[in-house]
Amino acid sequence: MSARVVLQQADITRALTRISHEIIESNRGAENLVLLGIPTRGVILADRIAAIISGITETPIEAGSLDVTMYRDDLAKHPTRTPSPTRIPASGVDGKTVVLVDDVLYSGRTIRAALDAIGDFGRPRAVRLAALVDRGHRELPIRPDFVGKNLPSAQTERINVRLAELDGADLVSIDSAAG
Amino acid sequence: MRHLLSTRDLGREGAIRLLDVAEDMADTQQREVKKLPTLRGKTVVNLFFEDSTRTRISFEAAAKRLSADVINFSAKGSSVSKGESLKDTAQTLQAMGADAVVIRHPASGAPQTLATSGWIDAGILNAGDGTHEHPTQALLDAFTIRKRVHGDASRGRGLDGLSVTIVGDILHSRVARSNVWLLTTLGATVTLVAPPTLVPVDTRLWPVTVGYDLDEAITAGPDVVMMLRIQAERMHDAFFPNTREYARRWGLGDGRLARLEPTTIVMHPGPMNRGLEISAAAADSPMSTVREQVTNGVSVRMAALYLLLSGDREN
Amino acid sequence: MSTTTYLISGAALPDGSRTDILLKDGLIAELGTGLSAAGAERIDANGLVALPGLVDLHTHLREPGYEQSETVLSGTRAAAAGGFTAVFAMANTSPVADTAGVVEQVLSLGEQSGYATVQPIGAVTVGLGGERLAELGAMAASRARVRVFSDDGSCVWDPVLMRRALEYVKSFDGVIAQHAQEPRLTVGAQMNEGAVSGELGLTGWPAVAEESIIARDVLLAEHVGSRLHICHVSTAGSVDVLRWAKARGIRVTAEVTPHHLLLDEELVRSFDARYKVNPPLRRREDVLALREALADGTIDIVATDHAPHPVESKDCEWDAAANGMVGLESALSVVHASVVETDQLGWADVARVLSSAPAAIGRISSHGQGIVAGASAQVTLYDPNASRDFSTADLAGQGVNSPYIGRTLPGRVLATFHNGAATVLDGMLRPSDEVGAASQKAAHV
Repeated sequence: MSARVVLQQADITRALTRISHEIIESNRGAENLVLLGIPTRGVILADRIAAIISGITETPIEAGSLDVTMYRDDLAKHPTRTPSPTRIPASGVDGKTVVLVDDVLYSGRTIRAALDAIGDFGRPRAVRLAALVDRGHRELPIRPDFVGKNLPSAQTERINVRLAELDGADLVSIDSAAG
Repeated sequence: MRHLLSTRDLGREGAIRLLDVAEDMADTQQREVKKLPTLRGKTVVNLFFEDSTRTRISFEAAAKRLSADVINFSAKGSSVSKGESLKDTAQTLQAMGADAVVIRHPASGAPQTLATSGWIDAGILNAGDGTHEHPTQALLDAFTIRKRVHGDASRGRGLDGLSVTIVGDILHSRVARSNVWLLTTLGATVTLVAPPTLVPVDTRLWPVTVGYDLDEAITAGPDVVMMLRIQAERMHDAFFPNTREYARRWGLGDGRLARLEPTTIVMHPGPMNRGLEISAAAADSPMSTVREQVTNGVSVRMAALYLLLSGDREN
Repeated sequence: MSTTTYLISGAALPDGSRTDILLKDGLIAELGTGLSAAGAERIDANGLVALPGLVDLHTHLREPGYEQSETVLSGTRAAAAGGFTAVFAMANTSPVADTAGVVEQVLSLGEQSGYATVQPIGAVTVGLGGERLAELGAMAASRARVRVFSDDGSCVWDPVLMRRALEYVKSFDGVIAQHAQEPRLTVGAQMNEGAVSGELGLTGWPAVAEESIIARDVLLAEHVGSRLHICHVSTAGSVDVLRWAKARGIRVTAEVTPHHLLLDEELVRSFDARYKVNPPLRRREDVLALREALADGTIDIVATDHAPHPVESKDCEWDAAANGMVGLESALSVVHASVVETDQLGWADVARVLSSAPAAIGRISSHGQGIVAGASAQVTLYDPNASRDFSTADLAGQGVNSPYIGRTLPGRVLATFHNGAATVLDGMLRPSDEVGAASQKAAHV
């Protein structure tokens, strides 16, 4: 097992700042913007991005969490997953631009489940996708709108995202089994 | 979770996990679209050898909100001999590809027999067996208590430090048995109050205090009072003289209701005999959780079905 | 005319002494060391215990009427496999053994089988109904010479009827074998009433329902001066009542089943219907009290209550399952495990509680005489050092409802001789035609 660090704390902060600017630009401001993080680390990232956008635009940005466990298509293939809470901002998603935030974009199946989940809360004007890392290997026709870093990786490798709020420090590394 | 047969073999961690999942399920029931795709393609059979419309529709709603296919199988009054029919029915359901069987049966232990017999591979969920256990009822009771006490901060918590008094026909109550194990596992202190004829003859191994005097129990200021349904037929078997005397000595009447702290939670698994074990005022007071219990029942059963049917089959 | 002559060499007798045993013409012809006999089949019994053929005072053979559960032939094969040479057949057949005709029919079925002597038990009341006395005298005077009467399965509950029955059988030295179960206290009963039944929500069978009937009946027996036998004693309280009665000189005898000596109510937690039996498995304290009572003579004998059932009667939920366990094939090993391995009984005691005492209570003379020259040749060779993982392969009757399947039991019956003919050799049952023919020949000696 060897671990290779690919993003340090400063890299992560820079990436999130850039993503925040891109979101503002594509949304032409911070109006009607809702950020929904996908548990666990997506929620932390959504909170950080919301804070950055608020700082830039001086508008309070609503961030929440969207648990997709109940919408997954691979429940029978893994040990039982315990769901996490879903928090949708009080104003809802109807007519809003929802930006889904996740730490690592991989097969796209989590995002497929998230799109189904959002539909149960209402009808957003648009749904966008932000990911800190895109490691490729998509299995569905899904692509990100905002990416922190593209990290082409082998399927045997593991992308490990650590965030200060949960793990004590910011760090992204690639762990490869058997060296 | 391979089966849910009793609360006795449910550990604290497992119980809290189930209650937490039930919180998530309850949240989804606030949405515009209440149906989740989670158990799409799974078949849940409600196998009821005993009438219970309430429990059946609660399980049916839970399964349907998770998008499972539901088959209701009422086997009551079947002309086949009792024993053969359980085995034959199980094998029929196996052949039909049932993924989970929710079973209500008048014989204690029938769900366990089904789970261990090898007749069927499906996950077995006990929806009440004889006078043995009714685990989802206890779980929804625990959920309701936790929600009343801790509100939105319920997740991850037990019932530590709470005192619960269960009143009525303990001897014949599967609800009481399941609650005794679950509530104490979650850290509550449980007191049973009943006529001596309606308490099992030997409860030394139960983690409870047994008393016969309801007024004394109320003076002690319990956090929760749970009234059990009393079957009027019991008086014919000389368990108590008549319903008037029962109501006077062991019913939650208006006088006793007034002596409870206003924060006390008054529970009843339903259906209620108003005027017998519980007065109308008690049943309808803001202290009563009777309707919440029904609502929470669906969330708890969704959680149980989810934990039973999602994930690769553990043993 | 003669049957095979067997020379058993080097067997240990129950008292520990070693001897050769010559079986000839249906009798134990000679004991001693270095015996020889021309033409005899030699059996090396080195390391084996020779016990007098075992006698079971409480067997359900089910025939006539319930041949799907057991027949006299299949039941006596089970008996032989377990080392028994005589079984007392309970009366709860269909029709009930309450007339001379039925008991004579059962007797002849036993004679045809040849695997064991079948001594019919007569019902106390007509149809086991508990209302009118059956023709006790006619059964006693029949070819079956019935001396034991029992409504087993039901209690003779009416105290007046019980009193009359006890009095009536005095005229032919009979005994009433009571199934002690107060019926009103055990309505719907599913298991021993106590901590476990309360937890499992199974209707309880309280010990007092057994003890109160035993107390009443020993007093009745004392009052009328009759012989009373108590079937399948299962509680510590019953032992106390019996001890008191015996100290008073009341003519009461009692039996305990092998399963009540080994198993307890904790097994019911599995809801596995193989453990459902009447009287039910009791607490560990009761098991220990029963062992002590057997050791000190308060309980006189071990009787199997062998109760075969078809598979579907056990392959179901607990409430719907039938009561009863098969026990003939496993009895000696279970007694070995429960009271011999604990040093409470020696092999001489085993010979008493499983052979001479039951034969004496049931008044049959061709069994229970022990291994002495001149006695009828009822001999069981048992390997006390063997051990087996008990399985259906060890069962010789029709029923597979044994609670011991999957358990390891000590010992093994390697040979059984009934009236001098081998019913089991090398641990295997002899074929039915051979055993039946030997039995017919012996009858014409």
